[in-house]
Amino acid sequence: MKAVLSGDMPRSVPLTLILGVILVCLALAPFLFPGVRTVDTAARICIFVVLVASYDLLLGYGGIVSFAHTMFFGIGAYGVALASTHMGRGFDALLVGSVAGAGVAAALALVIGLFSLRVRAIFFAMITLAVASAVAVLVSQLSGLTGGEDGLTFQTPRALGPAFKFGDELFGVKLNGKLLAYYLIFLGSLILFLLMLRVVNSPFGRVLQAIRENDFRAEAIGYRVVHYRVAATCLSAAVAALAGSLYAIWLRYVGPDTALSMEIMIDILLMVVIGGMGTMYGAVIGATLLVIAQNYLQNLMGVASGVVDGLPVLPELLSADRWLLWLGVLFILSVYFFPTGVVGRLRARK
Amino acid sequence: MSDPILRLEGVYTNIAQYHILQGVDLEVPRGAVTMLLGRNGVGKTTTLRTIIGHWRAHQGRILLDGEDISRMPTPAIARAGVGFVPEEMGIFADLTVEENMILAAVSGPIDPARLDWVFSIFPPLKTFWKSEAGNLSGGQKQMLSIARAMVEERRLYLIDEPTKGLAPAIISTMARALKELKEQGASILLVEQNFSVARALGDGANVMDDGRMIWSGQMAELSTDAALQERLMGLSMEAH
Repeated sequence: MKAVLSGDMPRSVPLTLILGVILVCLALAPFLFPGVRTVDTAARICIFVVLVASYDLLLGYGGIVSFAHTMFFGIGAYGVALASTHMGRGFDALLVGSVAGAGVAAALALVIGLFSLRVRAIFFAMITLAVASAVAVLVSQLSGLTGGEDGLTFQTPRALGPAFKFGDELFGVKLNGKLLAYYLIFLGSLILFLLMLRVVNSPFGRVLQAIRENDFRAEAIGYRVVHYRVAATCLSAAVAALAGSLYAIWLRYVGPDTALSMEIMIDILLMVVIGGMGTMYGAVIGATLLVIAQNYLQNLMGVASGVVDGLPVLPELLSADRWLLWLGVLFILSVYFFPTGVVGRLRARK
Repeated sequence: MSDPILRLEGVYTNIAQYHILQGVDLEVPRGAVTMLLGRNGVGKTTTLRTIIGHWRAHQGRILLDGEDISRMPTPAIARAGVGFVPEEMGIFADLTVEENMILAAVSGPIDPARLDWVFSIFPPLKTFWKSEAGNLSGGQKQMLSIARAMVEERRLYLIDEPTKGLAPAIISTMARALKELKEQGASILLVEQNFSVARALGDGANVMDDGRMIWSGQMAELSTDAALQERLMGLSMEAH
Protein backbone atom coordinates (compact mmCIF):
# COMPACT_ATOMS: atom_id res chain seq x y z
CA MET A 1 0.00 0.00 0.00
CA LYS A 2 2.85 2.35 0.87
CA ALA A 3 4.37 1.79 -2.57
CA VAL A 4 1.03 2.42 -4.30
CA LEU A 5 0.67 5.71 -2.39
CA SER A 6 4.31 6.62 -3.15
CA GLY A 7 5.11 6.61 0.57
CA ASP A 8 2.67 9.48 1.19
CA MET A 9 0.40 7.90 3.79
CA PRO A 10 -2.61 9.85 5.15
CA ARG A 11 -0.83 10.11 8.56
CA SER A 12 -4.07 10.41 10.51
CA VAL A 13 -6.54 7.70 11.55
CA PRO A 14 -9.70 9.81 10.91
CA LEU A 15 -8.30 10.88 7.54
CA THR A 16 -7.48 7.27 6.61
CA LEU A 17 -11.02 6.24 7.53
CA ILE A 18 -12.62 9.09 5.57
CA LEU A 19 -10.48 8.40 2.51
CA GLY A 20 -11.24 4.68 2.78
CA VAL A 21 -14.99 5.34 2.93
CA ILE A 22 -14.80 7.68 -0.08
CA LEU A 23 -12.76 5.12 -2.05
CA VAL A 24 -15.17 2.28 -1.27
CA CYS A 25 -18.22 4.45 -2.04
CA LEU A 26 -16.75 5.54 -5.37
CA ALA A 27 -15.57 2.04 -6.27
CA LEU A 28 -19.00 0.54 -5.56
CA ALA A 29 -21.17 3.58 -6.32
CA PRO A 30 -23.32 1.92 -9.03
CA PHE A 31 -24.12 -0.92 -6.61
CA LEU A 32 -24.35 0.99 -3.33
CA PHE A 33 -26.32 3.94 -4.71
CA PRO A 34 -28.04 2.79 -7.88
CA GLY A 35 -29.69 5.63 -9.70
CA VAL A 36 -28.79 7.95 -12.53
CA ARG A 37 -28.17 11.00 -10.36
CA THR A 38 -26.08 9.30 -7.69
CA VAL A 39 -23.83 7.56 -10.22
CA ASP A 40 -23.50 10.85 -12.10
CA THR A 41 -22.46 12.53 -8.83
CA ALA A 42 -19.89 9.79 -8.18
CA ALA A 43 -18.43 10.18 -11.69
CA ARG A 44 -18.18 13.97 -11.22
CA ILE A 45 -16.38 13.44 -7.90
CA CYS A 46 -13.85 11.12 -9.60
CA ILE A 47 -13.18 13.65 -12.36
CA PHE A 48 -12.97 16.64 -10.04
CA VAL A 49 -10.58 14.80 -7.72
CA VAL A 50 -8.15 14.57 -10.65
CA LEU A 51 -8.80 18.14 -11.77
CA VAL A 52 -8.30 19.54 -8.26
CA ALA A 53 -5.22 17.37 -7.66
CA SER A 54 -3.66 18.71 -10.85
CA TYR A 55 -4.42 22.26 -9.72
CA ASP A 56 -2.94 21.54 -6.31
CA LEU A 57 0.31 20.52 -8.01
CA LEU A 58 0.47 24.11 -9.24
CA LEU A 59 -0.91 26.04 -6.30
CA GLY A 60 -0.21 23.85 -3.29
CA TYR A 61 3.14 22.42 -4.33
CA GLY A 62 4.48 25.04 -6.75
CA GLY A 63 2.94 28.20 -5.26
CA ILE A 64 1.75 29.20 -8.74
CA VAL A 65 -1.67 30.82 -9.11
CA SER A 66 -3.37 30.04 -12.41
CA PHE A 67 -6.80 30.99 -13.70
CA ALA A 68 -6.47 28.90 -16.86
CA HIS A 69 -7.02 25.50 -15.34
CA THR A 70 -10.56 25.31 -16.66
CA MET A 71 -9.19 26.17 -20.08
CA PHE A 72 -6.89 23.13 -20.00
CA PHE A 73 -9.81 21.05 -18.72
CA GLY A 74 -11.90 22.32 -21.64
CA ILE A 75 -9.13 21.62 -24.17
CA GLY A 76 -9.15 17.97 -23.12
CA ALA A 77 -12.95 17.80 -23.28
CA TYR A 78 -13.08 19.44 -26.72
CA GLY A 79 -10.25 17.16 -27.88
CA VAL A 80 -12.37 14.07 -27.27
CA ALA A 81 -15.50 15.72 -28.68
CA LEU A 82 -13.79 16.85 -31.87
CA ALA A 83 -12.01 13.53 -32.39
CA SER A 84 -15.24 11.58 -31.86
CA THR A 85 -17.13 13.92 -34.18
CA HIS A 86 -14.60 13.70 -36.99
CA MET A 87 -13.28 10.16 -36.58
CA GLY A 88 -16.59 8.59 -35.63
CA ARG A 89 -17.46 6.73 -32.44
CA GLY A 90 -14.70 4.43 -31.25
CA PHE A 91 -12.04 3.97 -28.63
CA ASP A 92 -9.44 5.13 -31.12
CA ALA A 93 -11.18 8.52 -31.30
CA LEU A 94 -11.26 8.74 -27.48
CA LEU A 95 -7.56 7.92 -27.31
CA VAL A 96 -6.55 10.31 -30.08
CA GLY A 97 -8.73 13.10 -28.63
CA SER A 98 -7.38 12.60 -25.10
CA VAL A 99 -3.73 12.47 -26.15
CA ALA A 100 -4.10 15.42 -28.53
CA GLY A 101 -5.96 17.45 -25.87
CA ALA A 102 -3.25 16.74 -23.29
CA GLY A 103 -0.55 17.59 -25.82
CA VAL A 104 -2.17 20.88 -26.86
CA ALA A 105 -2.76 21.83 -23.21
CA ALA A 106 0.85 21.09 -22.29
CA ALA A 107 2.15 23.02 -25.31
CA LEU A 108 -0.04 26.03 -24.49
CA ALA A 109 1.08 25.86 -20.85
CA LEU A 110 4.70 25.77 -22.03
CA VAL A 111 4.24 28.93 -24.10
CA ILE A 112 2.39 30.78 -21.31
CA GLY A 113 4.92 29.61 -18.74
CA LEU A 114 8.00 30.59 -20.74
CA PHE A 115 6.56 34.04 -21.36
CA SER A 116 5.35 34.77 -17.85
CA LEU A 117 7.00 32.54 -15.22
CA ARG A 118 10.41 33.92 -16.15
CA VAL A 119 9.46 37.22 -14.53
CA ARG A 120 7.20 36.83 -11.50
CA ALA A 121 4.56 34.26 -10.63
CA ILE A 122 1.91 37.00 -10.38
CA PHE A 123 2.31 37.77 -14.09
CA PHE A 124 1.54 34.14 -14.78
CA ALA A 125 -1.79 34.52 -12.92
CA MET A 126 -2.70 37.62 -14.93
CA ILE A 127 -1.71 36.10 -18.26
CA THR A 128 -3.60 32.87 -17.57
CA LEU A 129 -6.71 34.92 -16.82
CA ALA A 130 -6.38 36.78 -20.10
CA VAL A 131 -5.65 33.67 -22.17
CA ALA A 132 -8.50 31.70 -20.54
CA SER A 133 -10.96 34.52 -21.31
CA ALA A 134 -9.70 34.74 -24.90
CA VAL A 135 -10.02 30.98 -25.43
CA ALA A 136 -13.55 30.95 -23.98
CA VAL A 137 -14.57 33.72 -26.40
CA LEU A 138 -12.82 31.95 -29.28
CA VAL A 139 -14.64 28.69 -28.58
CA SER A 140 -17.97 30.54 -28.55
CA GLN A 141 -17.17 32.30 -31.81
CA LEU A 142 -15.82 29.32 -33.74
CA SER A 143 -19.24 27.72 -33.92
CA GLY A 144 -18.42 25.80 -37.13
CA LEU A 145 -15.75 23.84 -35.29
CA THR A 146 -16.82 23.87 -31.65
CA GLY A 147 -20.58 24.21 -31.90
CA GLY A 148 -20.38 27.67 -30.34
CA GLU A 149 -22.55 28.26 -27.29
CA ASP A 150 -24.54 25.10 -28.04
CA GLY A 151 -21.44 22.95 -27.75
CA LEU A 152 -20.96 19.53 -29.30
CA THR A 153 -22.96 16.39 -28.68
CA PHE A 154 -21.14 13.29 -29.85
CA GLN A 155 -21.29 9.53 -29.63
CA THR A 156 -18.92 7.44 -27.57
CA PRO A 157 -18.16 3.78 -28.40
CA ARG A 158 -21.21 1.56 -28.30
CA ALA A 159 -19.65 -0.40 -25.42
CA LEU A 160 -19.96 2.70 -23.23
CA GLY A 161 -23.62 3.37 -23.97
CA PRO A 162 -26.70 2.24 -22.01
CA ALA A 163 -27.88 0.15 -24.97
CA PHE A 164 -24.87 -2.18 -24.71
CA LYS A 165 -25.56 -5.16 -22.45
CA PHE A 166 -22.96 -7.63 -21.23
CA GLY A 167 -25.14 -9.56 -18.79
CA ASP A 168 -28.46 -9.40 -16.98
CA GLU A 169 -28.16 -7.91 -13.53
CA LEU A 170 -25.74 -8.00 -10.62
CA PHE A 171 -27.16 -7.08 -7.19
CA GLY A 172 -30.08 -5.50 -9.01
CA VAL A 173 -27.88 -3.33 -11.20
CA LYS A 174 -28.12 -3.60 -14.99
CA LEU A 175 -24.83 -4.68 -16.55
CA ASN A 176 -24.69 -2.25 -19.43
CA GLY A 177 -22.33 0.15 -21.18
CA LYS A 178 -23.09 2.97 -18.75
CA LEU A 179 -21.69 0.83 -15.95
CA LEU A 180 -18.56 0.25 -18.06
CA ALA A 181 -18.34 4.00 -18.73
CA TYR A 182 -18.47 4.66 -14.98
CA TYR A 183 -15.65 2.22 -14.31
CA LEU A 184 -13.61 3.71 -17.15
CA ILE A 185 -13.98 7.09 -15.43
CA PHE A 186 -13.26 5.63 -11.99
CA LEU A 187 -10.16 3.70 -13.04
CA GLY A 188 -8.89 6.53 -15.25
CA SER A 189 -9.26 8.96 -12.35
CA LEU A 190 -7.65 6.56 -9.89
CA ILE A 191 -4.63 6.04 -12.15
CA LEU A 192 -4.23 9.78 -12.75
CA PHE A 193 -4.55 10.53 -9.03
CA LEU A 194 -1.91 7.93 -8.13
CA LEU A 195 0.30 9.38 -10.86
CA MET A 196 -0.03 12.84 -9.31
CA LEU A 197 0.76 11.37 -5.90
CA ARG A 198 3.89 9.82 -7.40
CA VAL A 199 4.90 13.15 -8.95
CA VAL A 200 4.55 15.21 -5.77
CA ASN A 201 6.51 12.64 -3.77
CA SER A 202 9.32 12.43 -6.32
CA PRO A 203 12.50 14.54 -6.16
CA PHE A 204 10.76 16.83 -8.68
CA GLY A 205 7.92 17.38 -6.21
CA ARG A 206 10.35 18.13 -3.39
CA VAL A 207 12.11 20.77 -5.49
CA LEU A 208 8.72 22.32 -6.27
CA GLN A 209 7.94 22.51 -2.56
CA ALA A 210 11.32 24.09 -1.92
CA ILE A 211 10.68 26.67 -4.65
CA ARG A 212 7.26 27.46 -3.21
CA GLU A 213 8.82 28.10 0.18
CA ASN A 214 11.75 30.20 -1.01
CA ASP A 215 12.71 30.39 -4.65
CA PHE A 216 16.03 32.14 -4.01
CA ARG A 217 17.18 29.44 -1.61
CA ALA A 218 16.25 26.79 -4.19
CA GLU A 219 18.25 28.64 -6.84
CA ALA A 220 21.20 29.07 -4.47
CA ILE A 221 21.32 25.27 -4.11
CA GLY A 222 21.38 24.85 -7.88
CA TYR A 223 17.80 24.45 -9.14
CA ARG A 224 16.52 26.48 -12.10
CA VAL A 225 13.23 27.79 -10.73
CA VAL A 226 11.81 28.68 -14.16
CA HIS A 227 12.44 25.18 -15.52
CA TYR A 228 10.70 23.52 -12.61
CA ARG A 229 7.77 25.91 -12.63
CA VAL A 230 7.24 25.50 -16.37
CA ALA A 231 7.50 21.71 -16.09
CA ALA A 232 4.92 21.71 -13.28
CA THR A 233 2.62 23.93 -15.34
CA CYS A 234 2.84 21.63 -18.37
CA LEU A 235 2.26 18.50 -16.31
CA SER A 236 -0.64 20.06 -14.46
CA ALA A 237 -2.20 21.26 -17.73
CA ALA A 238 -1.87 17.82 -19.33
CA VAL A 239 -3.52 16.08 -16.36
CA ALA A 240 -6.30 18.71 -16.27
CA ALA A 241 -6.88 18.05 -19.98
CA LEU A 242 -7.11 14.31 -19.34
CA ALA A 243 -9.67 15.01 -16.60
CA GLY A 244 -11.57 17.07 -19.19
CA SER A 245 -11.44 14.13 -21.60
CA LEU A 246 -12.95 11.86 -18.95
CA TYR A 247 -15.66 14.45 -18.32
CA ALA A 248 -16.53 14.59 -22.02
CA ILE A 249 -16.60 10.79 -22.26
CA TRP A 250 -19.00 10.67 -19.32
CA LEU A 251 -21.32 13.44 -20.53
CA ARG A 252 -21.02 12.69 -24.28
CA TYR A 253 -21.37 16.43 -24.62
CA VAL A 254 -19.09 19.40 -24.31
CA GLY A 255 -19.95 23.10 -24.25
CA PRO A 256 -18.50 26.37 -22.94
CA ASP A 257 -20.62 26.26 -19.78
CA THR A 258 -19.75 22.68 -18.87
CA ALA A 259 -16.03 22.75 -19.63
CA LEU A 260 -14.74 26.31 -19.86
CA SER A 261 -16.71 28.51 -17.47
CA MET A 262 -15.12 30.59 -14.74
CA GLU A 263 -17.57 28.96 -12.29
CA ILE A 264 -15.66 25.71 -12.63
CA MET A 265 -12.43 27.60 -11.89
CA ILE A 266 -13.98 28.99 -8.70
CA ASP A 267 -15.18 25.51 -7.75
CA ILE A 268 -11.64 24.18 -8.17
CA LEU A 269 -10.26 26.94 -5.94
CA LEU A 270 -12.90 26.21 -3.28
CA MET A 271 -12.16 22.48 -3.40
CA VAL A 272 -8.42 23.05 -3.01
CA VAL A 273 -8.92 25.43 -0.07
CA ILE A 274 -11.53 23.30 1.69
CA GLY A 275 -9.58 20.06 1.25
CA GLY A 276 -6.21 21.55 2.10
CA MET A 277 -3.51 22.96 -0.12
CA GLY A 278 -0.27 21.08 -0.68
CA THR A 279 -1.74 17.66 -0.05
CA MET A 280 -3.18 15.46 -2.76
CA TYR A 281 -5.65 13.96 -0.29
CA GLY A 282 -7.12 17.42 0.12
CA ALA A 283 -8.29 17.16 -3.49
CA VAL A 284 -10.26 14.00 -2.61
CA ILE A 285 -11.94 15.58 0.42
CA GLY A 286 -12.55 18.97 -1.21
CA ALA A 287 -14.00 17.56 -4.43
CA THR A 288 -16.21 15.08 -2.57
CA LEU A 289 -17.61 17.69 -0.18
CA LEU A 290 -18.29 20.36 -2.78
CA VAL A 291 -19.74 18.10 -5.48
CA ILE A 292 -22.07 16.49 -2.93
CA ALA A 293 -23.03 19.92 -1.59
CA GLN A 294 -23.73 21.21 -5.09
CA ASN A 295 -25.87 18.20 -5.91
CA TYR A 296 -27.71 17.57 -2.66
CA LEU A 297 -27.67 20.72 -0.52
CA GLN A 298 -30.71 22.06 -2.37
CA ASN A 299 -32.66 18.86 -1.68
CA LEU A 300 -31.52 18.74 1.92
CA MET A 301 -32.64 22.31 2.49
CA GLY A 302 -35.99 21.56 0.87
CA VAL A 303 -36.50 18.78 3.42
CA ALA A 304 -35.31 21.01 6.29
CA SER A 305 -37.63 23.78 5.17
CA GLY A 306 -40.55 21.34 5.25
CA VAL A 307 -39.62 20.20 8.77
CA VAL A 308 -39.65 23.73 10.20
CA ASP A 309 -42.73 24.76 8.23
CA GLY A 310 -45.01 26.89 10.43
CA LEU A 311 -42.18 28.43 12.43
CA PRO A 312 -41.31 32.09 11.83
CA VAL A 313 -38.34 33.06 9.58
CA LEU A 314 -36.70 29.59 9.50
CA PRO A 315 -38.66 28.19 6.50
CA GLU A 316 -37.66 31.27 4.52
CA LEU A 317 -34.03 30.96 5.58
CA LEU A 318 -33.92 27.26 4.75
CA SER A 319 -35.79 27.62 1.47
CA ALA A 320 -34.26 25.42 -1.22
CA ASP A 321 -33.80 28.50 -3.39
CA ARG A 322 -31.25 29.84 -0.91
CA TRP A 323 -28.86 26.88 -1.22
CA LEU A 324 -26.12 28.99 -2.78
CA LEU A 325 -26.22 31.36 0.20
CA TRP A 326 -25.73 28.43 2.58
CA LEU A 327 -23.02 26.98 0.41
CA GLY A 328 -21.21 30.32 0.81
CA VAL A 329 -21.74 30.23 4.56
CA LEU A 330 -20.38 26.68 4.71
CA PHE A 331 -17.32 27.79 2.75
CA ILE A 332 -16.64 30.73 5.11
CA LEU A 333 -17.05 28.47 8.14
CA SER A 334 -14.75 25.82 6.69
CA VAL A 335 -12.03 28.39 5.97
CA TYR A 336 -12.47 29.86 9.47
CA PHE A 337 -12.34 26.54 11.32
CA PHE A 338 -10.01 24.71 8.91
CA PRO A 339 -7.51 27.32 7.71
CA THR A 340 -5.17 24.54 6.59
CA GLY A 341 -8.03 22.62 5.05
CA VAL A 342 -9.74 19.50 6.31
CA VAL A 343 -6.65 17.38 5.71
CA GLY A 344 -4.35 19.86 7.47
CA ARG A 345 -6.68 19.92 10.47
CA LEU A 346 -7.03 16.16 10.66
CA ARG A 347 -3.27 15.65 10.39
CA ALA A 348 -2.66 18.21 13.14
CA ARG A 349 -4.99 16.25 15.45
CA LYS A 350 -3.23 12.89 14.99
CA MET B 1 51.27 31.66 -3.28
CA SER B 2 48.65 29.93 -5.49
CA ASP B 3 45.95 31.83 -7.37
CA PRO B 4 42.98 32.79 -5.23
CA ILE B 5 39.82 30.68 -5.65
CA LEU B 6 37.73 33.85 -5.87
CA ARG B 7 38.59 37.35 -6.94
CA LEU B 8 36.29 40.39 -7.09
CA GLU B 9 37.52 43.26 -9.23
CA GLY B 10 35.79 46.63 -8.89
CA VAL B 11 32.33 45.21 -8.26
CA TYR B 12 29.42 47.65 -8.17
CA THR B 13 25.93 46.49 -7.16
CA ASN B 14 22.80 48.61 -7.17
CA ILE B 15 19.57 47.55 -5.48
CA ALA B 16 16.75 49.71 -6.82
CA GLN B 17 18.05 53.29 -6.56
CA TYR B 18 20.61 52.44 -3.87
CA HIS B 19 24.28 52.00 -4.75
CA ILE B 20 25.21 49.32 -2.23
CA LEU B 21 28.57 48.07 -3.49
CA GLN B 22 30.84 50.76 -4.89
CA GLY B 23 33.89 49.09 -6.36
CA VAL B 24 34.58 46.10 -4.12
CA ASP B 25 37.93 44.38 -4.58
CA LEU B 26 38.42 41.09 -2.75
CA GLU B 27 40.58 37.99 -2.91
CA VAL B 28 39.69 34.68 -1.27
CA PRO B 29 42.73 32.39 -1.05
CA ARG B 30 42.36 28.68 -1.65
CA GLY B 31 42.03 26.48 1.44
CA ALA B 32 41.68 29.32 3.93
CA VAL B 33 38.98 31.09 5.89
CA THR B 34 38.60 34.69 4.77
CA MET B 35 36.61 36.94 7.07
CA LEU B 36 34.43 39.72 5.74
CA LEU B 37 33.94 42.21 8.54
CA GLY B 38 32.39 45.61 9.05
CA ARG B 39 29.57 47.41 10.74
CA ASN B 40 25.92 46.67 9.94
CA GLY B 41 24.71 47.85 6.57
CA VAL B 42 28.11 48.29 4.90
CA GLY B 43 27.45 45.70 2.17
CA LYS B 44 28.76 42.38 3.52
CA THR B 45 25.60 40.37 2.79
CA THR B 46 25.19 42.14 -0.56
CA THR B 47 28.74 41.09 -1.45
CA LEU B 48 27.91 37.42 -0.79
CA ARG B 49 24.61 37.70 -2.64
CA THR B 50 26.32 39.35 -5.59
CA ILE B 51 28.84 36.51 -5.74
CA ILE B 52 26.07 33.89 -5.75
CA GLY B 53 24.19 35.89 -8.42
CA HIS B 54 21.13 36.95 -6.42
CA TRP B 55 22.02 40.56 -7.12
CA ARG B 56 23.68 41.35 -10.42
CA ALA B 57 27.00 43.20 -10.44
CA HIS B 58 26.43 46.26 -12.60
CA GLN B 59 30.13 46.70 -13.10
CA GLY B 60 33.28 44.75 -12.38
CA ARG B 61 34.23 41.09 -12.56
CA ILE B 62 33.76 38.11 -10.24
CA LEU B 63 36.28 35.40 -11.04
CA LEU B 64 35.88 31.87 -9.69
CA ASP B 65 39.09 30.01 -10.46
CA GLY B 66 39.70 32.56 -13.20
CA GLU B 67 36.26 32.16 -14.82
CA ASP B 68 34.01 35.22 -14.82
CA ILE B 69 30.75 34.21 -13.10
CA SER B 70 29.27 37.69 -12.81
CA ARG B 71 26.76 37.05 -15.62
CA MET B 72 25.97 33.46 -14.73
CA PRO B 73 22.56 32.60 -13.23
CA THR B 74 22.49 31.62 -9.56
CA PRO B 75 21.85 27.87 -10.12
CA ALA B 76 24.82 27.67 -12.51
CA ILE B 77 27.06 29.35 -9.93
CA ALA B 78 25.83 26.93 -7.26
CA ARG B 79 26.45 23.94 -9.55
CA ALA B 80 29.90 25.29 -10.31
CA GLY B 81 30.68 24.45 -6.69
CA VAL B 82 29.73 27.50 -4.64
CA GLY B 83 27.88 26.56 -1.45
CA PHE B 84 25.85 29.39 0.06
CA VAL B 85 24.57 29.54 3.63
CA PRO B 86 22.24 32.53 3.97
CA GLU B 87 21.66 34.29 7.25
CA GLU B 88 18.36 33.67 9.07
CA MET B 89 18.41 29.85 8.93
CA GLY B 90 17.81 29.27 5.25
CA ILE B 91 16.07 25.93 5.35
CA PHE B 92 12.92 24.53 3.77
CA ALA B 93 10.58 24.26 6.74
CA ASP B 94 7.93 22.09 5.05
CA LEU B 95 10.42 19.41 4.07
CA THR B 96 12.03 16.90 6.41
CA VAL B 97 15.67 17.14 7.46
CA GLU B 98 16.39 14.23 5.13
CA GLU B 99 14.67 15.94 2.19
CA ASN B 100 16.54 19.18 2.87
CA MET B 101 19.84 17.30 2.76
CA ILE B 102 18.95 15.28 -0.35
CA LEU B 103 17.96 18.48 -2.17
CA ALA B 104 21.29 20.04 -1.30
CA ALA B 105 23.24 17.12 -2.78
CA VAL B 106 22.82 18.32 -6.35
CA SER B 107 25.55 16.20 -7.92
CA GLY B 108 24.09 12.84 -6.92
CA PRO B 109 23.22 10.64 -3.95
CA ILE B 110 24.72 11.66 -0.61
CA ASP B 111 28.04 10.00 0.18
CA PRO B 112 27.35 7.92 3.37
CA ALA B 113 30.80 8.65 4.79
CA ARG B 114 30.31 12.38 4.33
CA LEU B 115 26.86 12.15 5.92
CA ASP B 116 28.35 10.35 8.92
CA TRP B 117 30.89 13.14 9.22
CA VAL B 118 28.07 15.73 9.15
CA PHE B 119 26.16 13.74 11.79
CA SER B 120 29.27 13.62 13.97
CA ILE B 121 29.33 17.42 13.97
CA PHE B 122 25.58 17.94 14.22
CA PRO B 123 24.12 14.90 16.09
CA PRO B 124 20.59 16.41 16.34
CA LEU B 125 20.24 16.15 12.57
CA LYS B 126 20.52 12.37 12.82
CA THR B 127 17.99 12.30 15.66
CA PHE B 128 15.46 14.40 13.72
CA TRP B 129 16.33 12.97 10.27
CA LYS B 130 12.69 12.19 9.42
CA SER B 131 11.19 15.26 11.14
CA GLU B 132 9.92 18.35 9.39
CA ALA B 133 12.63 21.00 9.44
CA GLY B 134 10.06 23.60 10.54
CA ASN B 135 9.71 21.78 13.87
CA LEU B 136 13.42 22.09 14.74
CA SER B 137 14.71 24.62 17.26
CA GLY B 138 16.47 27.76 16.02
CA GLY B 139 19.92 26.29 16.63
CA GLN B 140 19.03 23.01 14.92
CA LYS B 141 17.70 24.92 11.91
CA GLN B 142 21.01 26.73 11.63
CA MET B 143 22.85 23.40 11.93
CA LEU B 144 20.76 22.11 9.04
CA SER B 145 21.45 25.24 7.04
CA ILE B 146 25.21 24.73 7.36
CA ALA B 147 24.97 20.95 7.02
CA ARG B 148 23.23 21.43 3.66
CA ALA B 149 26.26 23.25 2.35
CA MET B 150 28.61 20.67 3.89
CA VAL B 151 26.82 17.61 2.51
CA GLU B 152 28.90 17.85 -0.65
CA GLU B 153 32.42 19.08 -1.13
CA ARG B 154 32.27 22.60 -2.61
CA ARG B 155 34.97 24.65 -4.24
CA LEU B 156 33.97 27.65 -2.16
CA TYR B 157 31.65 28.24 0.80
CA LEU B 158 29.90 31.57 1.30
CA ILE B 159 28.59 31.70 4.85
CA ASP B 160 26.59 34.63 6.16
CA GLU B 161 26.52 35.19 9.92
CA PRO B 162 26.12 31.55 11.01
CA THR B 163 26.06 32.36 14.74
CA LYS B 164 23.61 35.25 14.62
CA GLY B 165 21.02 35.05 17.39
CA LEU B 166 22.16 31.65 18.68
CA ALA B 167 22.75 30.49 22.26
CA PRO B 168 26.44 30.23 23.34
CA ALA B 169 26.35 26.42 23.38
CA ILE B 170 25.11 26.33 19.78
CA ILE B 171 27.67 28.95 18.74
CA SER B 172 30.49 26.66 19.88
CA THR B 173 28.97 23.81 17.82
CA MET B 174 28.87 26.09 14.78
CA ALA B 175 32.46 27.18 15.36
CA ARG B 176 33.54 23.55 15.63
CA ALA B 177 31.75 22.72 12.37
CA LEU B 178 33.48 25.55 10.54
CA LYS B 179 36.82 24.55 12.07
CA GLU B 180 36.37 20.97 10.81
CA LEU B 181 35.48 22.30 7.39
CA LYS B 182 38.60 24.46 7.46
CA GLU B 183 40.75 21.49 8.48
CA GLN B 184 39.49 19.65 5.39
CA GLY B 185 41.08 22.38 3.30
CA ALA B 186 37.87 24.16 2.34
CA SER B 187 37.92 27.70 0.97
CA ILE B 188 35.50 29.81 2.98
CA LEU B 189 34.33 33.41 2.78
CA LEU B 190 32.71 34.08 6.11
CA VAL B 191 30.68 37.06 7.31
CA GLU B 192 30.67 36.96 11.10
CA GLN B 193 29.82 39.52 13.75
CA ASN B 194 30.95 37.35 16.65
CA PHE B 195 34.58 38.44 17.02
CA SER B 196 35.70 35.50 19.14
CA VAL B 197 34.52 33.14 16.39
CA ALA B 198 36.10 35.37 13.75
CA ARG B 199 39.40 35.46 15.63
CA ALA B 200 39.43 31.69 16.12
CA LEU B 201 38.66 30.80 12.52
CA GLY B 202 39.89 33.60 10.30
CA ASP B 203 43.11 33.42 8.32
CA GLY B 204 42.64 36.55 6.26
CA ALA B 205 40.40 39.48 7.03
CA ASN B 206 38.72 42.15 4.92
CA VAL B 207 36.91 45.11 6.38
CA MET B 208 34.18 46.93 4.50
CA ASP B 209 32.72 50.36 4.97
CA ASP B 210 30.14 52.17 2.88
CA GLY B 211 30.18 49.60 0.05
CA ARG B 212 33.97 49.51 -0.32
CA MET B 213 36.82 47.39 1.00
CA ILE B 214 38.80 49.63 3.31
CA TRP B 215 41.33 47.16 4.69
CA SER B 216 42.68 43.74 3.80
CA GLY B 217 45.25 41.78 5.74
CA GLN B 218 45.73 38.93 8.19
CA MET B 219 43.15 38.21 10.91
CA ALA B 220 45.95 37.81 13.45
CA GLU B 221 47.12 41.36 12.71
CA LEU B 222 43.63 42.83 13.03
CA SER B 223 42.73 40.91 16.17
CA THR B 224 45.80 42.14 18.07
CA ASP B 225 45.61 45.79 17.04
CA ALA B 226 42.86 47.50 19.04
CA ALA B 227 43.62 50.89 17.50
CA LEU B 228 43.21 49.47 14.01
CA GLN B 229 39.91 47.85 14.96
CA GLU B 230 38.70 51.13 16.42
CA ARG B 231 39.67 52.99 13.26
CA LEU B 232 38.15 50.45 10.83
CA MET B 233 35.01 49.38 12.65
CA GLY B 234 34.52 51.96 15.34
CA LEU B 235 34.92 49.37 18.11
CA SER B 236 37.42 47.05 19.67
CA MET B 237 37.21 43.24 19.45
CA GLU B 238 38.31 43.03 23.05
CA ALA B 239 34.95 44.43 24.04
CA HIS B 240 33.23 41.37 22.49
